Amino acid sequence: MTDQRTGTPDELASERTSMPSPGVAAGPGVDAVFDPDASDAMDYVAETETSDEAGGIRQETMILNMGPQHPSTHGVLRLLLELDGETVIRCQPIIGYLHTGIEKNTEYRPWQQGVAFVTRADYLSPFFNETAYALAVEKLLGVEAPERAQTIRVLLMELNRIASHLVWLATAGMELGAISVMLYGFREREEILDIFEQVTGLRMNHSFVRIGGLVMDLPDGALDEVRDFLDMMPGRIREYESLLAKNPIWVERNVGVGVLEGQDAIRLGVTGPLLRAAGVDKDVRRDAPYCGYETYEFDVVTRTDADCYARFEVRIDEMRESMRIVEQCVSRLEASSGAVMVDDPKVGWPVRLEVGPDGIGNSPAYIKHIMEESMEALIHHFKMVTEGVSVPRGEVYVPVEAPRGELGLYVVSDGGHKPYRVRMRDPSFSNLQALPHMVEGGLIADTVAVISSVDPVMGGVDR
Amino acid sequence: MPVERLEGFHTGREAEDEDEETLKRGLLLTSLDKAVSWARKQSMWPVTFGLACCAIEMMSTGAGHYDLSRWGMELFRASPRQSDLMIVAGRVSQKMAPVLRTVYDQMPEPKWVISMGVCASQGGMFTNYAIIQGVDSIVPVDIYVPGCPPRPEMLMYGILRLHEKVQKEGTIR
Amino acid sequence: MTAIELAEAVRATWPETVVSRGELSVVLEREELLSALERFRDEPRFAFDLFLGVTATDWPDAEPRFWLAYELYSMTHRHRARLKVGLSADDPAVPSATGLYPAADWHERETYDFFGIVFEGHPNLRRLLLPEGWETFPLRKTEELGGVNTYYRGGAFIPPVDKRTS
Repeated sequence: MTDQRTGTPDELASERTSMPSPGVAAGPGVDAVFDPDASDAMDYVAETETSDEAGGIRQETMILNMGPQHPSTHGVLRLLLELDGETVIRCQPIIGYLHTGIEKNTEYRPWQQGVAFVTRADYLSPFFNETAYALAVEKLLGVEAPERAQTIRVLLMELNRIASHLVWLATAGMELGAISVMLYGFREREEILDIFEQVTGLRMNHSFVRIGGLVMDLPDGALDEVRDFLDMMPGRIREYESLLAKNPIWVERNVGVGVLEGQDAIRLGVTGPLLRAAGVDKDVRRDAPYCGYETYEFDVVTRTDADCYARFEVRIDEMRESMRIVEQCVSRLEASSGAVMVDDPKVGWPVRLEVGPDGIGNSPAYIKHIMEESMEALIHHFKMVTEGVSVPRGEVYVPVEAPRGELGLYVVSDGGHKPYRVRMRDPSFSNLQALPHMVEGGLIADTVAVISSVDPVMGGVDR
Repeated sequence: MPVERLEGFHTGREAEDEDEETLKRGLLLTSLDKAVSWARKQSMWPVTFGLACCAIEMMSTGAGHYDLSRWGMELFRASPRQSDLMIVAGRVSQKMAPVLRTVYDQMPEPKWVISMGVCASQGGMFTNYAIIQGVDSIVPVDIYVPGCPPRPEMLMYGILRLHEKVQKEGTIR
Repeated sequence: MTAIELAEAVRATWPETVVSRGELSVVLEREELLSALERFRDEPRFAFDLFLGVTATDWPDAEPRFWLAYELYSMTHRHRARLKVGLSADDPAVPSATGLYPAADWHERETYDFFGIVFEGHPNLRRLLLPEGWETFPLRKTEELGGVNTYYRGGAFIPPVDKRTS
């Protein structure tokens, strides 16, 4: 095994492996077998010495490994920190502990099934992943989803934004010691998940937004639930603010911590609340509107301080702006009606679902239509379900404004029934690159505050 | 689905075997055995091993609405040395597997593992190069909870079945 | 500037410029890449200061085989562009953009990790998402989806994916 006791700080540059070197013990037909009994296999902490003998003072910097299993790293993020006392001198994030191979998996399944894969990348904002994918494929196909579908997409996305920011608030509070905020955040999130469950059937990872529109329309009573939620939520947000905003502990731990100025942020490819807290107002919803966002009234929230406290304020205000948009969506949906799936039989998902006595299933009227009335509809249904959509050749890049920043889907098609290449430009992936810049020079306790204000979701980072 | 409370149903042992084993161990030891098992199951402390989407549902289960604290489990210990239950919540990638094994090895006996979600149980929808197709190839699993992600009620049902298993198994394994 | 105006502006220097579905794609040679990036970043009417990402696509039957796609965004003008570079299979190397755009760091590492494309001049070109010591470049079309060994105890074999939906 590598001798880790006499390493030098330069070895920080070479990734400290948490895996045994291959060839520890290889069996037949197996590349490398992990042997947990090898005593030095998992030696995480190492010490390095740089001695300054001239002055007779020995300085030691310590290399500390934080994660991947750690209560405060927001998932499986691993940080290698070189510490001088409590000060972080160097920070190297190591990612990949949640690499799922989503992008490769989409190449083996039809276009419609890509939604189910893509939705699990950034698992706290599944609707954004799905909508970006659906918009990209619709752009390749040259179709546009009907207006009611777009409005429902906006409604669900903004509710998802609020839910995601609530998880951020809950975990940020918990990591800095405000443990009751964790319970409050998840309490509100349950309300939103109830709405999601009523509309889509699932609490998370919904696969509800499809190519050409949505799977089904909103059920009766869903809009009333959303209205109840809108009545309740502003009071709760005021509760959070009164609990945290002027709290001396919160202020001390967040003001002036993890400063990332605007120019540095742009150079590092950072988007989202981190960028907006630095004063740069970039918001894809306003700059390159999709799903009808140009018709809604909302403000882009910015602050100028660029520290963790500013990001906290930005996200709280973004929750309020999202509620404004949800209010506008609800009034539009109450007044409108129409299809939620595009009409083209070669594109739209053919199944019409309905809630029956035994749950959600094919609507009897639709079954009657394809079995008895129209042979062509039966053929289209069959081809769509077995073969799938056939998307013309080309490539597109579609950005949406996810809670963490700009989520872009780069989709390449070769004219077939399966995607050729789906690449998710995840916002957390780029935001996490800026972490060493924000953390180095600060205290190790500030690292926790900074990570929680960056709000990375490792599913999106590693995909 | 209602939980059936048939005697010996969960461990697969027949009722006669139970009596025989009881006689073998003696009445005093049986009571002690039961008491210790009861104490073990009443406050199992999980180690924080949330990986992906299932972790969020696990956090929801621990939060106020679906309270894990009713079984003494709200305290997710960060250190494996202070915990006895590992809920593997989420997809385990190739890079994460040795970490999983290390954390499992660092837990003191007695310890149990719940594999939460289909990704941890058999790889889920990700049948590819990157995901371990079931953590039972790395750690021994006691309870498998399916779902993508499982609802909090499903996880709680799995935890309750684990409690029954702990109670039935006794301390002499 | 709209995509078409941008295309008109750059067509003189790089004739292979395409506007498709409202998006601008400029096809470049490997040698032109850095000068193009610099021009796109520094010239005031372009001002592409935000580097969104670089990725690759593998066309195993075509020559060149790997096609890199660089996504750029301008904060001042709010327009986008895509630069494409084709690389052949026997020499998948390209100069690194990290000198011009520090944001390219992890994106290039990920592309190396998945496809094996070497970015010359990158300060730290190691695997990012896959474990150290992984031997294949999984997102190449010649690689299978599954059928690899788990690396760990017992060597539980992951069977190859059965391609049920053809």
